[in-house]
Amino acid sequence: MTATTLEKVRPELVRGRGGGGPASTRTVVAYGFWIFILSDITMFSALFAAYAVLSDRTAGGPTASEVINLRHVFIETMCLLASSYTCGLGALSAERRQPDRYLVYSVLTFVLGAAFLLIEIADFADMARMGAGPSRSAFLSAFWALVGMHGAHVTSGLLWLVYMVAQVLAKGLLPHVLRRQLCFSLFWHALDIIWVGVLTVVYLMGAR
Amino acid sequence: MEGPDRLYDRTPGVEDQEPTANFLSYTTGFGLAVLLTIASFIVSQTDLLWPPGIPAGLVVLAFAQIGVHLVFFLHIGTGPDNTNNIVALAFGLFIVLLVIGGSCLIIANLNANMMPMPMNIPR
Repeated sequence: MTATTLEKVRPELVRGRGGGGPASTRTVVAYGFWIFILSDITMFSALFAAYAVLSDRTAGGPTASEVINLRHVFIETMCLLASSYTCGLGALSAERRQPDRYLVYSVLTFVLGAAFLLIEIADFADMARMGAGPSRSAFLSAFWALVGMHGAHVTSGLLWLVYMVAQVLAKGLLPHVLRRQLCFSLFWHALDIIWVGVLTVVYLMGAR
Repeated sequence: MEGPDRLYDRTPGVEDQEPTANFLSYTTGFGLAVLLTIASFIVSQTDLLWPPGIPAGLVVLAFAQIGVHLVFFLHIGTGPDNTNNIVALAFGLFIVLLVIGGSCLIIANLNANMMPMPMNIPR
């Protein structure tokens, strides 16, 4: 079957596989940003590897189960999951050109993300106070690097969200603003995927 | 980009071209994610699973959770314009497994082959 007939019979087989002309800006932007996210995840994999290797090198200091407060971690996880949900609904509202709903969902996303961050910062402050700072042992260095890097990503995500909302308010839901919003929601959902790894490897396995 | 082209541009996070992404799909994804999270906490804090198998159980639940996020939130699906995204994802996964698995393997090997040393060497 030639490409032309195939395109007539099953056009979906040709699109996106080199046929059907160049992809739209939107497709290309999302693909490029997806590559960035994957490179970010690769960077995290180095921190995960360091943590896996160093997690039992406590140098006589506090162990994972002594510094982890699972109740807080459960609340943090639920905040992040719910913020991912509201972020998705916000993206849906933006696609449907409903700026009012988009703003409501974005405010919810921000509040839930900020709640996650505040609990994490409070836990970090507690750890530093009880002598479990990053310089105490190799385990704690790896812990602070991995969890802290995720927290830094959440912080930059919150700043980006404020900037996105300002753009929507100032410019409206124009195509290029929508593309930036698409990248933001990809970033925010990817942070949740990394948190699943942190939760499992650091907290759930460490607290046993 | 108007016209029939729109129908086939399906990428992660693109909602309006994708009939499967709507309020219901996000809600389904959220519900599944919450259930899997609660399951992970239960597995880690109780002896519901055979205790030596708990880490393996947690890893399985984590992969299920990541799958839910990819499908329901990032919209990585089987659509034709998702081919590039999936190939990139597969490559990323390969690198991640190489870095983490390789580090663990090498360090475990070094630990096993380390000469026994007295712990009180003066420095």
